[in-house]
Amino acid sequence: MKNTNEMEIRFDSVSVNEGFARVAVAAFLTQLNPTVEEVSDVKTAVSEAVTNAIIHGYENQVHTVRIKCIINMEEKSMELAVSDDGAGIADVAKAMEPMFTTKPELERSGMGFAFMEAFMDELSVESEEGKGTTVKMKKLIGKGRKLWTTQSL
Amino acid sequence: MQYEIQENCLTIFLPPEVDHHSAEEIKRESDKLIKDKHIKYVIFDFGGTNFMDSSGIGVMMGRYRLLELLGGEVWAVHLSERMKKILKMSGIAKIIRIDEEDENI
Repeated sequence: MKNTNEMEIRFDSVSVNEGFARVAVAAFLTQLNPTVEEVSDVKTAVSEAVTNAIIHGYENQVHTVRIKCIINMEEKSMELAVSDDGAGIADVAKAMEPMFTTKPELERSGMGFAFMEAFMDELSVESEEGKGTTVKMKKLIGKGRKLWTTQSL
Repeated sequence: MQYEIQENCLTIFLPPEVDHHSAEEIKRESDKLIKDKHIKYVIFDFGGTNFMDSSGIGVMMGRYRLLELLGGEVWAVHLSERMKKILKMSGIAKIIRIDEEDENI
């Protein structure tokens, strides 16, 4: 039995699509029967990654952002990859430090990666200057939660 | 976005989803009001908000810096558990004032 399910979306890097991206991923996630909390966690992480791609990757120019999403039904997990072909990150470790931002004039809080790290179980960043960035994240859904059908009432 | 001004106090009724997209509008409009109406106190009302990411934290930090210079204050009211968590995680809960009145009810 095939126990994975995949989807991929691509959209223009305009800020109005941030809402679309997180709702699309959240809708795909529902098949794992997540809690409200887990849906919010994933939505926040997607929002952060897509916002980074738009503001930092493409510096507000319109290109394409891609999101690939793999659900593993057996492991009950979701893997996400948010990619852009933009500027890339010179120093990934530095970029991931809380409060660090290359755009203080835009009043960015510098909390993007910190939020992704806090709300997801795994986070890795692949980036090459001038080529683009891929942020990969993974979250286990329903950690330590029994199916409601097996709980006594 | 809805705003309410009482004397030198501006209440910003945040939209259902505060992200980079809506944050730009809130920044632009609220800064104009703060300047034009001599605002010293800003209240972020989260009553209708169910989603916020770090862009929202940026908006609050920016208004805090601005009002600090003017000797004012920033408040956050009607926070859901989720919003409280976000504010605490980001550390901004330490510098702005959070209205906890709902907890006593």
